[in-house]
Amino acid sequence: MAILIVADHANTELSDSTAKVVTAAGQIGGDVDILIAGENAAAAADAAAKIVGVRKVLHADDAHYGKGLAEPLTELVLSVASDYDAIVAPASTSGKNFMPRVAAKLDVMQISEITAVEAPDTFQRPIYAGNAIATVKSSDAKKVITVRPTSFAAAADGGSASVEKIGNAAFPSISDFVKEELTVSDRPELQGAKIVISGGRALASTENFEKYIYPVADKLGAAIGASRAAVDAGYMPNDYQVGQTGKVVAPELYIACGISGAIQHLAGMKDSKVIVAINKDEEAPIFSVADYGLVADLFEALPELEKAL
Amino acid sequence: MKVLVPVKRVVDYNVKVRVKSDQTDVDLANVKMSMNPFDEIAVEEAVRLKEAGTASEIVVVSIGPEKAQEQIRQALAMGGDRGILVTTDVDAESLGVAKLLKAVCDEEKPDMVIMGKQAIDNDQNQTGQMLAALLDWPQGTFASEVAQNGDKLHVTREIDGGLQTVALNLPAVVTTDLRLNEPRYASLPNIMKAKKKEMAQKTPEDYGVDLTPRLSKLKVTDPPKREAGIKVPDVATLVDKLKNEAGVI
Ligand SMILES: Cc1cc2nc3c(=O)[nH]c(=O)nc-3n(C[C@H](O)[C@H](O)[C@H](O)COP(=O)(O)OP(=O)(O)OC[C@H]3O[C@@H](n4cnc5c(N)ncnc54)[C@H](O)[C@@H]3O)c2cc1C
Ligand SMILES: Nc1ncnc2c1ncn2[C@@H]1O[C@H](COP(=O)(O)O)[C@@H](O)[C@H]1O
Repeated sequence: MAILIVADHANTELSDSTAKVVTAAGQIGGDVDILIAGENAAAAADAAAKIVGVRKVLHADDAHYGKGLAEPLTELVLSVASDYDAIVAPASTSGKNFMPRVAAKLDVMQISEITAVEAPDTFQRPIYAGNAIATVKSSDAKKVITVRPTSFAAAADGGSASVEKIGNAAFPSISDFVKEELTVSDRPELQGAKIVISGGRALASTENFEKYIYPVADKLGAAIGASRAAVDAGYMPNDYQVGQTGKVVAPELYIACGISGAIQHLAGMKDSKVIVAINKDEEAPIFSVADYGLVADLFEALPELEKAL
Repeated sequence: MKVLVPVKRVVDYNVKVRVKSDQTDVDLANVKMSMNPFDEIAVEEAVRLKEAGTASEIVVVSIGPEKAQEQIRQALAMGGDRGILVTTDVDAESLGVAKLLKAVCDEEKPDMVIMGKQAIDNDQNQTGQMLAALLDWPQGTFASEVAQNGDKLHVTREIDGGLQTVALNLPAVVTTDLRLNEPRYASLPNIMKAKKKEMAQKTPEDYGVDLTPRLSKLKVTDPPKREAGIKVPDVATLVDKLKNEAGVI
């Protein structure tokens, strides 16, 4: 069996999710290769080659791959697909974008966002916003799978796989990159952070996030998250949203401030190791998953917390 | 331009589903069903494009049980022009749905398909991308803004790091994210009018598409249960617990 992982990266940097997807691929079993498609992405390819358990890294470098557009990336993956029994990627916005395109071209039903491997053809995946876990068996000869990285431990560093240049795929000229607005932050990345502090509708403004959430985040070295209500209201950018349709996080410590605990929000954070909820309504559903609940006004509690840390 | 909007009948987003005791599936008996929320956003966007003079006709398609008529009628009440219901009792998978939608596109020849990024029952997030692949059309997934720009469609996409804008040749497939718009409620007169709009009934056989599932559900179980912990009286106790009991700070 041979498995191809299509890794997420920012050209100069490999995503932390890669080593976790390597673990998932290892559980499926077989030789594990990683594909890095990017523009000046040698650094990401070298980082991938160092993950223990990787046989070789395929590196395709071209301006067409620089922004991760689904159309050229799909052609590239298809150009090597016949060498593999399974194609795997993280269930990030990038993986979610191009992988179903690959699957349909291969006439395969993708198995989305698996959280456990039971057998090479049998996987667990959450459905209904995580209110149920389905165990599904695939009858497709080739598997196309996206992996929820938070459900797998990272494979260690210290390997020395070879890096092989590839790139003979077509570039469909049907889509172009126009621009991007990326959030810049010195704080840890939301999905890899050990501690996450999130704010909800109760924060009521961007200024209040800055005034009440940021100082606690800085003391704890935490990443910042938000509920959909806070994102929809424009207090925080879209990539801060935690939940069923946002990011899934599973840090050591998750602090929910002024978040009611709708099922769609819980879907994105209930696998955190320790959950703290600060909410002034003692009946708020968030308390049903919180290890430590504090019934309080967050505008008083957060400054106190910041001082006590 | 002609716009096609696929809509799915799913469990209402407010329902907390329960797993059946025999672990074969979730229990959907007597549960409120609705249009998938992302599909409502897609319908709304299509109607806005029509109001702006960009779209000429909106065709709404659903694949599912007879009762999915309700969801098509809702879309027509919001401003869709006509509906197509492909009835099947099979719980169709994304790949099968994408094949059926491709067959509908071959017939209808829309300039754009706009649909949800994810159905909130199976949380697959793949049908739109699959449809784009089968048609060899470009895709603009997780859209928070859609605008026609000359002969291209500009789609702003919600991605992990922020926002990305792509320019797509038409025809194209767009999938909606939450912040694209806020769907309207259909007015009573529009609900009445929608009852008279055309709705074609088809079967998968009419399109020659085989919906046999590729994935078999071996079982459906409850997620690991998380017990509620304790309430702490004040911030000082909270900090003490986090340091000395949980050891996370
Ligand atoms: C298709 C779909 C997908 C969705 N996906 C997501 C998702 O991915 N992520 C997500 O988060 N949501 C998602 N939602 C939305 C979700 O259903 C809820 O509407 C949302 O999570 C509510 O956000 P909130 O808890 O911040 O706001 P609210 O529910 O309004 O809660 C605010 C809370 O703050 C408390 N509060 C108010 N003032 C204070 C104060 N001074 N001090 C302390 N506490 C205070 C209140 O008691 C209340 O509990 C989705 C919904 C749909 C339909
Ligand atoms: N049975 C169906 N009928 C019509 N549209 C569907 C159906 N299933 C999925 N879709 C569309 O595909 C989108 C994504 O669904 P999924 O890939 O299943 O998460 C939905 O938001 C719908 O727009």
